[in-house]
Amino acid sequence: MKADSPKRTGSGIGETVLLPVRLAMGLIDAPLRWLQRVAGIGGMAAFFLMPNMLIFGIFVLLPFFINFAYSMTGGTALFLPDRSFVGGDQYARLFDCSNYLDANSCTEDTFWTAVGNTGWFVILQVTLMIIVSLITALILNRNLMARSFWRAVFFFPVLLSPVVVGLIWKWILQRQGLLNFGLYGFGFEPFTWLNDRNWAFAATVGVSIWAHMGFYTLILLAGLQAIPKDLYEAAEMDGTRPTRAFLRITLPLLAPNLLVVVVLVLIKAVQIFDEVYVLTGGGPGTSTLYITQYIYETGFATQLRNPGLAAAASILMGVVLVVLTLLQLSLSRSSEKKGARK
Amino acid sequence: MSRVAEFLLRRKGGKGWHWTDIVTWIWLLGGLFVMFGPAVWLVGSSFKSPAALAEFPPSILPYVTQKVTVEGYDKPLDLYEATLPDGRKATLAEVRRIGIVSQMVDPQKPGEIIKVNIGQRTPVRQMSFAMQNYSEPFTHFDFVRYLWNSVFVTVTATLITLVVNSMAAFALSKYEFRGRTFAMLLILATLMVPLSVIMVPLYSIVSALGLFNNLWGVILPTVATPTGVFILRQYMLTIPDELIDAARMDKASEWQIYWRIILPLTAPALAVLAIFSVVWRWNDFLWPLIVLSRKELYTLQVGLSIYSGELNVQWHFILAMTVVTMIPVVLVFIFLQRFITTGIAGTGLK
Amino acid sequence: MGHIKLTNVTKSFGAIDVLHGINLEIKDGEFVVFVGPSGCGKSTLLRMIAGLEKPTGGELAIDGKVVNAIPAADRGLAMVFQSYALYPHMSVRQNLAFGLENTKMPKAEITQRIAEAARMLEIEAYLDRRPGQLSGGQRQRVAIGRAIVRRPVAFLLDEPLSNLDAELRGSTRAELAALHARLSATMIYVTHDQVEAMTLADRIVVLRAGRIEQIGTPLELYNSPANRFVAGFIGSPHMNFLEGTVESVQSGKAVAALAGGHRIELPVNGAKVGHGARVTIGVRPQHIAVNSDGSGIVAKIKLVEALGSETVIHADVAGQKVLVVAPGQHRLAPGTEMGLSLSAAPLHLFNDKGLRLDHTV
Ligand SMILES: Nc1ncnc2c1ncn2[C@@H]1O[C@H](COP(=O)(O)OP(=O)(O)OP(=O)(O)O)[C@@H](O)[C@H]1O
Ligand SMILES: [Mg+2]
Repeated sequence: MKADSPKRTGSGIGETVLLPVRLAMGLIDAPLRWLQRVAGIGGMAAFFLMPNMLIFGIFVLLPFFINFAYSMTGGTALFLPDRSFVGGDQYARLFDCSNYLDANSCTEDTFWTAVGNTGWFVILQVTLMIIVSLITALILNRNLMARSFWRAVFFFPVLLSPVVVGLIWKWILQRQGLLNFGLYGFGFEPFTWLNDRNWAFAATVGVSIWAHMGFYTLILLAGLQAIPKDLYEAAEMDGTRPTRAFLRITLPLLAPNLLVVVVLVLIKAVQIFDEVYVLTGGGPGTSTLYITQYIYETGFATQLRNPGLAAAASILMGVVLVVLTLLQLSLSRSSEKKGARK
Repeated sequence: MSRVAEFLLRRKGGKGWHWTDIVTWIWLLGGLFVMFGPAVWLVGSSFKSPAALAEFPPSILPYVTQKVTVEGYDKPLDLYEATLPDGRKATLAEVRRIGIVSQMVDPQKPGEIIKVNIGQRTPVRQMSFAMQNYSEPFTHFDFVRYLWNSVFVTVTATLITLVVNSMAAFALSKYEFRGRTFAMLLILATLMVPLSVIMVPLYSIVSALGLFNNLWGVILPTVATPTGVFILRQYMLTIPDELIDAARMDKASEWQIYWRIILPLTAPALAVLAIFSVVWRWNDFLWPLIVLSRKELYTLQVGLSIYSGELNVQWHFILAMTVVTMIPVVLVFIFLQRFITTGIAGTGLK
Repeated sequence: MGHIKLTNVTKSFGAIDVLHGINLEIKDGEFVVFVGPSGCGKSTLLRMIAGLEKPTGGELAIDGKVVNAIPAADRGLAMVFQSYALYPHMSVRQNLAFGLENTKMPKAEITQRIAEAARMLEIEAYLDRRPGQLSGGQRQRVAIGRAIVRRPVAFLLDEPLSNLDAELRGSTRAELAALHARLSATMIYVTHDQVEAMTLADRIVVLRAGRIEQIGTPLELYNSPANRFVAGFIGSPHMNFLEGTVESVQSGKAVAALAGGHRIELPVNGAKVGHGARVTIGVRPQHIAVNSDGSGIVAKIKLVEALGSETVIHADVAGQKVLVVAPGQHRLAPGTEMGLSLSAAPLHLFNDKGLRLDHTV
């Protein structure tokens, strides 16, 4: 076991720091011994599970279930008992369109704009994210000098808060920003990137890849490192060319990890909010308005808030996420099975 | 110098260069620039004065125009290197500017006004770090409050996360009871219910509990993380059950077994969870944005985003506050990066 | 002090019955060893006595008091685990102190008890180390020390020596015997190892598939095993079993014919043996003599293992395997035949159900 490393023998400072904790834990012990006597060991198991289950029940399960109730009520009142039952009206409203190919023809046109934006965002971001992190993982898997340094380089933005990420890039993309400075060197005129619909959209894709690619690179790298080296050696003995080795060995063996990463990226991409909210605020216009922001603004931010509509939209999004998660579970299970058969 | 280059460019195994090596190094060096560049630029900019921030093209380092106090003028004047009409060069202070003509004086002989075309003068600049970007938010704004709120939320939520989840993990790994699998599945199922799906009803529950505009309303919904239970349980499963039997024979109560045997032995997993929890809670944005509407309760992330969304963005303060917000995470990154990367590679959690 | 009685104790894990009606009485100060094949329920029985498992049925009493419902902590027993189960994050001293602190014992007495146990087990030098920094033998001593400081009513030991190498096992075994003599506390000891069972035990309990096969002193089990299982289990190498048919019974003497046609006289000792009954004759390898002139039971030599002080011969008597341990050195070639004699051997007779046929215990 790790804990019995020889270093940890003397722990004078730790002992004194822990002393109050010890005393407190000791004080709790007496009533808990009594509880154990009364409830038995099984009762203690319940006791240990209780706090988690309580918090989890109140703040996850309960909202999950009353979300359905919310989606069937109307009005602006916050508490469920004050709200009027409207049945499926909220859903009907979301789906009320005269032309299903045109978001503007819908009653809730912003919802469909957000859905459309999110769709494009997901397609672009997931594709680029996979390509970029796969290339990075392949490169980091080479016989590199100072590999852990390079891994850290790409991982660094993962820990930054979305707000910080948003602000860093907002600062870089603004008129007097670094990007314009760089382009100025090549003779371009300064341009306000985030005021342009397409560039703003591209920026949200790029920034979210910048912020998270390190994470997926790490997972893919772990998958690559699990591929036995002797496979490549055998291929080399057979005179296999590197590109062929990549297509015939690396990709098939990495496929399970790759699939898991694809679904993980998908799940995150569908929920994109924080960095975009800070970077563009959904603008210009509604060009970077994504579905989470739509739910947030419908439920909370605007004057005409409509919690029922927000709940209905969030349930639709939840359905998509559940499908994706189940897909991920079944994928990882079937890849486990495949691994077992080998 | 060439030795260094040789060392850096030397390849393992001493083979020659292949095109993939070139791609590799272009990618890595480009990555270094793209990944670190923005953050470095942010830090550099945070030390610039508002005037320097408004400049285009921007200077790389924080420069300000040097000023001199000249006899007969109340305010300090900007100092310029000017080429006089007769071709001489001199260091002059600008009194005022009219159109394309600048009226200047020699600081040594303040009586005499010299007119210089503005194209004929360049400012005398010196490096200067605008420390007031940092000091002012701490004194004039609620920044200290935000900082405190963030620290409070992060520390409290992490402590509760560790206690509550380790207790649950202990129950789920070391006891046999009816419904154990069910509880486990339930916890795992919540991985499918992210905040964005339940924010409307969660908000009403938090309000009903009187936790709206309360830091506890930010803390409590986050502490029962399924990932936390999961990694702790996986780790506890590796602790031999005989240790618990031994402790029972030693007259230890179940509670003592938990905190004197299980907790110390789970320390490595607890450390990983603590690191993750600190990063998660420090970075949380959407939920605090919903729950906190009173300024004095904002966390750093909320405060920053609100300030940066104002019409008249005071970038010099925002940049400095962003840097301060980054500091804990950067510290975590520098000192615990290895811990985190192996944690992710091992469990696939974020 | 340390009198343990089990009456009809049973144990099931869900639908699996692991122990079926165990009746056993252990006297105070006795050293009892549980032996039996892997999975027969030895550990389960021990853990039930410890209080770590609840009996499904029956009654368990310590010093006359029924303890079925009393938790492990309050039974006053101490246990030594196969893996030692030392707390890895505590020093040896803390490991020893942990159980005493839990009883709210005064500090001074804890210190004194630890010192005493450490002296007895010669572990004073590494009281401040952690278990990870100790060798297997040292850990084993600490595990025993953790039990000793508690001054328990009885010691429960589950294969405590099985993780040690052969040499260390030998010396520790002797120390355990000395410790038992010195503490004169009840000890219940689970093992796979014959030698440990034979040398340590006052009484041995042989278990098979959740039932007690026989209880007795080591020599009782060796000399008159109650059935074929015990006969085969105790003694090394295993007892030989030869199938035979009773041909004649006259005035306390019976003659049986072995498979190869050879006839031998059986020690019936008053047991009822019917004419024509099928019996199994058990004979220990050490008791079979090799006739130098080749007379007697004809056996074909399969393999000869010369160990120097003795020779182990694997042979075949009319299709039945026979093992002979002959003292000294013999020049025998595999493939040749030899003569065996059972005339001087104590024979064990079992009926077709495997039960012993005489009752001279
Ligand atoms: N917790 C349990 N749940 C279900 N079955 C169990 C459990 N513990 C033990 N068993 C079963 O009970 C039987 C007896 O186990 P036990 O550990 O007592 O055997 P043992 O005699 O100690 O074996 P060994 O010599 O290998 O240690 C085994 O068949 C085992 O599979
Ligand atoms: Mg066992």
